[in-house]
Amino acid sequence: MIQFDAVHKRFPNGTTAVHDLSLEMPEGGVTVLVGSSGCGKTTTLRMINRMVEPTSGTIRVGGKDVTRQDAAELRRSIGYVIQQSGLFPHRTVLDNIATVPLLLGHGRRRARARAAELLETVGLTAEAGKRYPHQLSGGQQQRVGVARALAADPPVLLMDEPFGAVDPVVRTQLQDELLRLQKELSKTIVFVTHDIDEAVRLGDQIAIFRTGGHLVQCATPAELLARPADDFVADFLGAERGLKLLSLKTLAAVPQGPAPEGGAWTLVLDEADKPLHWASKDTELPVRPLKDTDSLLSALNESVASPAGLVARVDADGVLTGVTSRDDIHEHAGQAHTEARVAA
Amino acid sequence: MFELFKNLGKWLTNGASWAGSDGIAHRLAEHLQYSLLATLIAAAIGLPLGLLIGHTGKGAFVAINLASFGRALPTVGLVVLVFLAGGLSMLPVYVALVALAVPAIVTNTYAGMTAVDPDVKDAARGQGMRGHQVLFQVELPLALPLIMTGLRLALIQVVATATIAAYVSFGGLGRYVFDGLAQRDLVQVLGGAVLVAVVAVVLDLALSALQRFLFRHRTA
Amino acid sequence: MTIDWSWIGDHTDDLTSLTLSHLQAAMTAVFFGVLISLPLAVIAHRVRPLRGFLLGFSNILFTIPSIAIFVLLLPISGLTRTTTVIGLTVYTLVVLLRNTVEGLDSVPAKTKEAAKAMGTRPLRTLLTVEFPLALPVIMAGVRIATVMSISLVSVATYIGDGGLGQLFTDGFQRNFPTPVIVGVVLTILLAVVADALLVAVQYVLTPWRRRRA
Repeated sequence: MIQFDAVHKRFPNGTTAVHDLSLEMPEGGVTVLVGSSGCGKTTTLRMINRMVEPTSGTIRVGGKDVTRQDAAELRRSIGYVIQQSGLFPHRTVLDNIATVPLLLGHGRRRARARAAELLETVGLTAEAGKRYPHQLSGGQQQRVGVARALAADPPVLLMDEPFGAVDPVVRTQLQDELLRLQKELSKTIVFVTHDIDEAVRLGDQIAIFRTGGHLVQCATPAELLARPADDFVADFLGAERGLKLLSLKTLAAVPQGPAPEGGAWTLVLDEADKPLHWASKDTELPVRPLKDTDSLLSALNESVASPAGLVARVDADGVLTGVTSRDDIHEHAGQAHTEARVAA
Repeated sequence: MFELFKNLGKWLTNGASWAGSDGIAHRLAEHLQYSLLATLIAAAIGLPLGLLIGHTGKGAFVAINLASFGRALPTVGLVVLVFLAGGLSMLPVYVALVALAVPAIVTNTYAGMTAVDPDVKDAARGQGMRGHQVLFQVELPLALPLIMTGLRLALIQVVATATIAAYVSFGGLGRYVFDGLAQRDLVQVLGGAVLVAVVAVVLDLALSALQRFLFRHRTA
Repeated sequence: MTIDWSWIGDHTDDLTSLTLSHLQAAMTAVFFGVLISLPLAVIAHRVRPLRGFLLGFSNILFTIPSIAIFVLLLPISGLTRTTTVIGLTVYTLVVLLRNTVEGLDSVPAKTKEAAKAMGTRPLRTLLTVEFPLALPVIMAGVRIATVMSISLVSVATYIGDGGLGQLFTDGFQRNFPTPVIVGVVLTILLAVVADALLVAVQYVLTPWRRRRA
């Protein structure tokens, strides 16, 4: 667990970057710090591994005050990933990943073996390990950055806008990978971004900062979306925050029934009972079947896009299990909002 | 004019002008010795200074103005001055050559250090490298191409300027220039100048080839 | 080593004329250097195949020692001021050419696109957009070339010219340090003043780069 207790940071030029911050970042969870530029979120992150020293207040990692530890040793025990990856251009990818194990005095062979293992963990080929960073794509470089941070198996991972410089498609992939990794590794992750969608997607807890280094609200994504503390937070979450909330809920609880027969549109299946398309008398339209793990938001989207107003539901193998009506989805969407408001 | 170059060719290809203690071979060796030693001393002074300024970010003003000052310093005047102060020795020549080379080395080393991507330095610190580890494992290797350029520029300038050793009665290829001027022997003057230019160009080409080979993995 | 102040007092006229002669040699060289390097730089900037050749050739010129350049010119122009100026000009060319090409390269492609899109012809774009925006880098080259020339004039003392450099030969031959010290100090002073003047010129020429008051 990481604890901020009345932490204040004023830079020598007089600007206050972080104002009287008290915050807990739970063990094994992802805490996302969001806000527009200059709100102190990056400074907050950098105070955890003492890249920036607080002016007053205390920061504890695992119960120990960070300022009472040797800065270099502290940093070796905390993974650090930054935008543009900050990889060493003169070292191969493998040696980049081996940086911290080597600093910790592990032998070169052991460090490289560990690095090779991590290449696979982050979804890169062994061949990529022999290349130099500039020979990789932006997305691949970012994966190497994550692998390097994980090399010494630190309990805490600091990520400063790690996916800020890659295109939206790659960013979504990297976010998925991070969620998959986190399920396996359960690190305590502090993640800085200015993208609220990324925050909602990745965070177990989101802390919203306002210019001047003020923490405005810290809550789970569902709480935040359902009950923003003030207009600033509401504005920051955007006009579609109601829909964003639905992205947090899955379709699992929504009932399904057999596909109706005799309507204007029929769901056509192949011989393995997998949905092929919607068919009417004279035309065919595509179908996008959903699984129980898909979000209520995609269900809502599909219910509007589907010609029959019905969402086809399938199991993990893609075999049809039933259909759900637009009305059922609407009802659950409404319930989800009510629940979130009451629970929060 | 044509006659002059024909005689120059004869002088350069004549075996006799290469042999002996005032032969080209010996003068060439002297010239290289002065140049390399002066550059080495300058590197011993300039490199640590440039690295220190680049690493700490303190004294950048010095590094920038040193270059300008170095260019403004009249080498001939400096040699004569140290010569008059210290008497007949190689000291004035080395002082002048080192003074010429140090600014080029310091400014290029400093430029190389400041050109290192701040994100990379931040990442290095963030992974838990100590100051000297950041300097020697990250900054120095990344600044090396520019540092090498500085050393190369310094060496070329020193080779070109080492002719002045002969001005205060020492050897090197400058001997031919000054003796030739004194004896109104234009062939000898030209011969000396051409030899110095060839040495400078060859060294420059060889060192840049070496540089390209050493840093072939780097991006532009 | 002491300075003979009375010698300085007795030779103020000589010192003034040597200083002016020194300055004139350096300035003429920089003037011709700029005159020659500007069109060459435009060619190197626009015609890619010629770029490597021009820059490479000027780099080789730079490796030739200054004394050698003067001496090599002797058969052509003899022991004259012309030799001094040509030699110095050759030396300034390298710095000026490299900086001017770099300056032109540094003009953002978008700005040139915008000028073109608004119907500006290439020559006009060059004169009203590219040169002004490249000016800071070009001026940096002019400053280096000027300081370098001022320092190098004294090398021409070997071929009987050399402005303040003559003080070095004089002091050396008579084993008398005062003229040497005066020569070194005046040379550096000239360089510093010329450099400061050029900074002022650049400030006036590029109002868009000043910090807002």
